[in-house]
Amino acid sequence: MAQVKNRLTPFFENITFDREDNEMILNFGPQHPSAHGQLRLMLHLQQEEITKAHPDVGYLHRGMEKMAENMIYNEFMPTTDRMDYIASSSNNYGFALAVEKLIGLDVPRRAQVIRMMLLEINRLMSHLFWLATTALDIGAMTVFLFAFREREYLMDIIEGYCGARLTHAAIRIGGVPLDIQDNFITQLRTFLDKLPQNIKDYEDLLDTNRIWLMRMEEVGTISTEMALSWGCTGPMLRASGVKWDIRKEEPYELYDEVEFEVPYSDKGDNFARYRVYMQEMRESAKILYQTIDMYQECVKNNQTELMAHSPKYISASKLDIMTQNYSLMQHFVLVTQGMRPPVGEVYVATESPKGELGYYINSQGGPYPYRLKLRAPSFWHTGILTDLLPGHYIPDVVSIIGTTNIVFGEVDR
Amino acid sequence: MRAYTPKDDVQAKSYYTDRFYVSPQVPKSPVESDEVFAADLAAIKAKFDVSDAYIQVEQMVVFINAKDNFGVLELMKNELEYTQLSEMSAIDWIAKENKFEIFYQMLSMNKRKRIRVKMFIENGEAVNSVEKLFRSADWSEREMFDMFGIEANGHPFMKRILMPYDWQGFPLLKTYPLEGDEFAAWYEVDKIYGKEARDVIGPEIRDTAKVDRYDSERFARLGYEVPKGTKITDDMEKVEQTYQEDGGVFMIKKFDKKDSVVVDDPQR
Repeated sequence: MAQVKNRLTPFFENITFDREDNEMILNFGPQHPSAHGQLRLMLHLQQEEITKAHPDVGYLHRGMEKMAENMIYNEFMPTTDRMDYIASSSNNYGFALAVEKLIGLDVPRRAQVIRMMLLEINRLMSHLFWLATTALDIGAMTVFLFAFREREYLMDIIEGYCGARLTHAAIRIGGVPLDIQDNFITQLRTFLDKLPQNIKDYEDLLDTNRIWLMRMEEVGTISTEMALSWGCTGPMLRASGVKWDIRKEEPYELYDEVEFEVPYSDKGDNFARYRVYMQEMRESAKILYQTIDMYQECVKNNQTELMAHSPKYISASKLDIMTQNYSLMQHFVLVTQGMRPPVGEVYVATESPKGELGYYINSQGGPYPYRLKLRAPSFWHTGILTDLLPGHYIPDVVSIIGTTNIVFGEVDR
Repeated sequence: MRAYTPKDDVQAKSYYTDRFYVSPQVPKSPVESDEVFAADLAAIKAKFDVSDAYIQVEQMVVFINAKDNFGVLELMKNELEYTQLSEMSAIDWIAKENKFEIFYQMLSMNKRKRIRVKMFIENGEAVNSVEKLFRSADWSEREMFDMFGIEANGHPFMKRILMPYDWQGFPLLKTYPLEGDEFAAWYEVDKIYGKEARDVIGPEIRDTAKVDRYDSERFARLGYEVPKGTKITDDMEKVEQTYQEDGGVFMIKKFDKKDSVVVDDPQR
């Protein structure tokens, strides 16, 4: 079905330049609406064809790893929001899980279920945002409006939960701070019931759209070797023929109890990635339905705990702090001095909407991490542009950046 | 006499630590407890020196010699199916033993296993680039150079990646203060206006909560604003400003602060 014949033939092909070496260097960004943030690309062009690409990043560098070395563990949590700010709960979660593994905490089941709900809502939000912005870059304004409308519902649900729409900080080390609000499940169900029709609406607009296909099919093809070598993860890797989803392969939380498929494709082009994203939204909805049931089971079994019980590392509940002297003292020490995890190191990878989000923590027993390395998937998804863009034409740059789904809060950290 | 504060590690320190506090360890288990890891370690040991190996939090940690890094990673990629280099970076141990610790976080998708290969280099030493094996190391090694100043031999483009090309100092060293050094404080001023403009422009205000009550250009004196640039003196009378159209707005009663009543009865 690929429409290669009339695809992006250079418009000026009948013009010859005087010089034999008519290389032009095009500076793309850092302020470019389709760069999805602060990406600067230096493109070497032969007419409209790119011969060399040099991505330049760092315009949003805030030194988060340095900040982490100077903050107590709980203090760093809101900072992680600012990495992938499209799906900030997944950053919170990755950090919380890494610290929990370091100190060996067991999170109560109800908190686990709520976390999974938040993670999947974030995945949907992120994918909807991806679809909206990519479609807008390609020129499909309607899809942008549709997808943002649905994303708005999800943001309202999240806002009802934690009060924030973008930077949630909705997860704590050891659990979650709050139970979900009364209308959370009703709202979520209403949304999920409508979602299949919504996704179908997007697909009706895009799947057979000639412009969309021309910009997507056989553009930006990433081979399996290239994806592996560049450290691609998430949809970028799955669209290149590797069926690897950390939720499935190295399950965390309760992902081994829910049923879902891992969509993948062996094409590796923009269109394959688009299909993977769309399919993943359906799978997220499937997981969310199951978490609703799991949550109601928790309610039925009267499992009300939301934070792990570990007085050395985790503050007691508000009620205990206000009524029991020892809890108050413990809380005071944990807030002023911070928790002191054991000496050791940990690398924990979670499947964020963009790919493998890893936290490496080296603790020397102090209240500050000795070294914290953030492994953000978008960093390598930007790096791969060096090898991916040559051979493509200028308009392809926009659609390729779109489907890599890079977020610069995460690239530059 | 002033108390001596060491300059080799200027990061945040705990203000209080119990003298008798012994921090616990994250448990380590022997490599033999996992047969996949044991086989991998045996394959590495057959060709290279391994100084230490253990399993911590479900992942194997292997310590190798710094000169072997390319060989070990090549072996792991080609023979042991560790096809992805997820992450690599360094840890600064200069204050303690004048060394850097470098780690490579490897992932095998077929075995569902992760190995962390670690090695030590002296301060000032370079490492062998593994960019030929894993393209992802291209950017990781650049980031490591950017943050720690560790160069990778054989890297095609050893330039800073996140910081500006003309930056001085390496931000993730423990000797580098969180708020930046003097170079960082004057970077923009020096670059845009030149060093001689430092006195004119003055240092950057880092305290975002700082309010200068004589500053008539920012949002001080709320409700009693004066025209921009007015010199404010202590004996100046405060004139309350009203911000509603003189003639009033249709259907809206003009707000008069003097006639308004502040209700402070909580039982109202």
